[in-house]
Amino acid sequence: MIKQNDKHKDNPFYDPTLNKRHRSSKRFKVFTVTSLVFSIAFLAFFLYDMITKGTPAFKQAYLHINVTYSQEAKNNYRKAIDRKYSRVVSRAWLRTVPTQMEENPELIGKTIKTWVLADDQVDQYIKGHYYKLKRKDRALIDDMKAYGEIDLKFSKLFFQNGDSKAPEYAGLKSAIVGSILTLIITMLFAFPVGVMTAIYLEEFADDNKFTQTIEVNINNLAAIPSILFGLLGLAIFINLFGLPRSSPLVGGLTLALMTLPIIIVSSRAALRAVPDSIRQAGYGLGLTKIEVTRDHVLPLAFPGILTGSIIGLAQAMGETAPLIIIGMIAFIPDAPGSILEAATVMPAQLFTWAGMPERMYVEKTAAGIMVLLTILISLNSLAIYLRKKYEVKW
Amino acid sequence: MHSFESKNRTTVIKEKAIKTALIVASTISILTTFGILFSILFEAISFFQLRSFWYFLTGLEWSPGIVGSKFGAVPIFAGTLMITLIAMAVAIPIGLGSAVYLSEYASARTRDYLKPLLEILAGIPTVVYGFFAAITVAPFVVKAASFFGLEATFNSALASGVVMGVMIIPVISSLSDDVIKAVPDSQRKASLGLGMTQGETIKNIVLPSALPGIISATLLGFSKAVGETMIVVMAAGLRPNLSLNPLEDMTTVTVRIVDALVGDQAFNSPETLSAFALGLALFVITLILNIISLTMIRKFKEKYKVNTL
Repeated sequence: MIKQNDKHKDNPFYDPTLNKRHRSSKRFKVFTVTSLVFSIAFLAFFLYDMITKGTPAFKQAYLHINVTYSQEAKNNYRKAIDRKYSRVVSRAWLRTVPTQMEENPELIGKTIKTWVLADDQVDQYIKGHYYKLKRKDRALIDDMKAYGEIDLKFSKLFFQNGDSKAPEYAGLKSAIVGSILTLIITMLFAFPVGVMTAIYLEEFADDNKFTQTIEVNINNLAAIPSILFGLLGLAIFINLFGLPRSSPLVGGLTLALMTLPIIIVSSRAALRAVPDSIRQAGYGLGLTKIEVTRDHVLPLAFPGILTGSIIGLAQAMGETAPLIIIGMIAFIPDAPGSILEAATVMPAQLFTWAGMPERMYVEKTAAGIMVLLTILISLNSLAIYLRKKYEVKW
Repeated sequence: MHSFESKNRTTVIKEKAIKTALIVASTISILTTFGILFSILFEAISFFQLRSFWYFLTGLEWSPGIVGSKFGAVPIFAGTLMITLIAMAVAIPIGLGSAVYLSEYASARTRDYLKPLLEILAGIPTVVYGFFAAITVAPFVVKAASFFGLEATFNSALASGVVMGVMIIPVISSLSDDVIKAVPDSQRKASLGLGMTQGETIKNIVLPSALPGIISATLLGFSKAVGETMIVVMAAGLRPNLSLNPLEDMTTVTVRIVDALVGDQAFNSPETLSAFALGLALFVITLILNIISLTMIRKFKEKYKVNTL
């Protein structure tokens, strides 16, 4: 058998360090793969963590007990149930007993055995989390469990209610309505202004000082930390113009200024992708520049513009920092009725819940994150789908 | 003939109006930047009329809300730098490694699947990262530290720094990936033709060529980390702490801005106005980083005549 070195003795090109070099090359490749695997593993762990923390919140504990709709209960909701249940039933739910009676007068005078929302501590006890329950109440719950009088049911309240100081009664509804109102303002402002800026820069502008300033500004705007937009909103919209604090109007305008560069950049790319032959054909037929742009270039670029705008919308939807600065973290139990009323948005609601001491808000926050991420991923998938569907190879 | 001409005239007027509207829309972007600059500047000036500018830059004590409150921002800048450095220590190797793998090793198919996955990381709202840092990572850091016999706080700089680093990964990997791909293939082939291994080609030829773009990506990531708010508000501390130990709690510029503005102080108090002084500092720092970053990438574009970056 020939030794490795003998084999190459007569080869003038043989490099004795070659094996070492190949090993080092391989190590480098392993390093790059590892870093990618780390990013994806982090994503997987993060999603797993949120789903395991959030899923329990979609089910909440309900107790099967007698509710007495008496005249007394109308004035004092505590009278509606037996006193032994007073610490295990949700106080926030009990408070709705008088309104229930007003809405359904036929209930008055009846005693109905029904499923009643349990207190958050009971819920956490059933789910096996940390709880604070007195021994007497725990015995009562164990007893009810044995008789099947307590059950985890799908938590419709999570989508029907606004924020509440009682964690078991808190829901996302007012934040969802606030988010929708805010984003409508954002898009009403950012979409036309962004697309018009893109059209001007791509189709009409000459290369002069003015356009160069706009270019530089858009690049800078895209890289300014979002919290500074909050300072802008506070100083200009609230202090200077006197628009109402915490309102979707101010929030939407602030987010619009943040979303502008995203829309401008993607719209410009979409306009640039339309080939010049289309424009020249238009001019050849005697159309003016505006007509060519409006009737021929813009329709062709529209899918691209839409894709960029959806991505911008998704980003605005997840933004929190500037909205905190302009006060959109107030406690808002009812959905805002107009763009001038105080409102909160989904990410700000999650921020508020994350800071609450009660254990149940942790799972509510994680569940809210699941809802928010579902919406954001759907929006982004829609953008990718549109891009793929209308992709034209000229 | 007459009717044709008059129609033409109204068209001309209409087109002028449209063009003016387009210019007005474009002006808004300029106004926004100046709006941010001036709104922050004016409030910051009224802060410096109340408190010394020099002490703000060099003072070691930040104690708002008490009698004889002091506004020395050095511990805040130090905390910001610490958390940012931890974030970059996570984001640079991982982001760059992912970018090299995606652009040099992965097949087109794998790339198509993996790149969107990385982009999901970029699409996660920062408030969600903040929650994750506070509820999952911070307790883990405390546990891990006590395993090694060290003591960590529940809002350690390490926890928020690491999560922030993960948030920055796609910022660095996405731009680096584009830049590395833009390096002309002839360079790789020449290097491989001379007998270099693939690893050597990447390390000695491709990466140095892409360096301006990579530095640009890194600076962009740095500026993102300095300006990031929600992660640090939820997971880092409120206490200005001049320390080199990443297991202690520290505060950042953005945390102090939020803290100064959610309180119920009068708007003209130095407590509230200090937010604008910090905001001005943040604006200046990130602007400088962004300008350097943009200049670097422009140089790269000129050198290799790419126009897609």
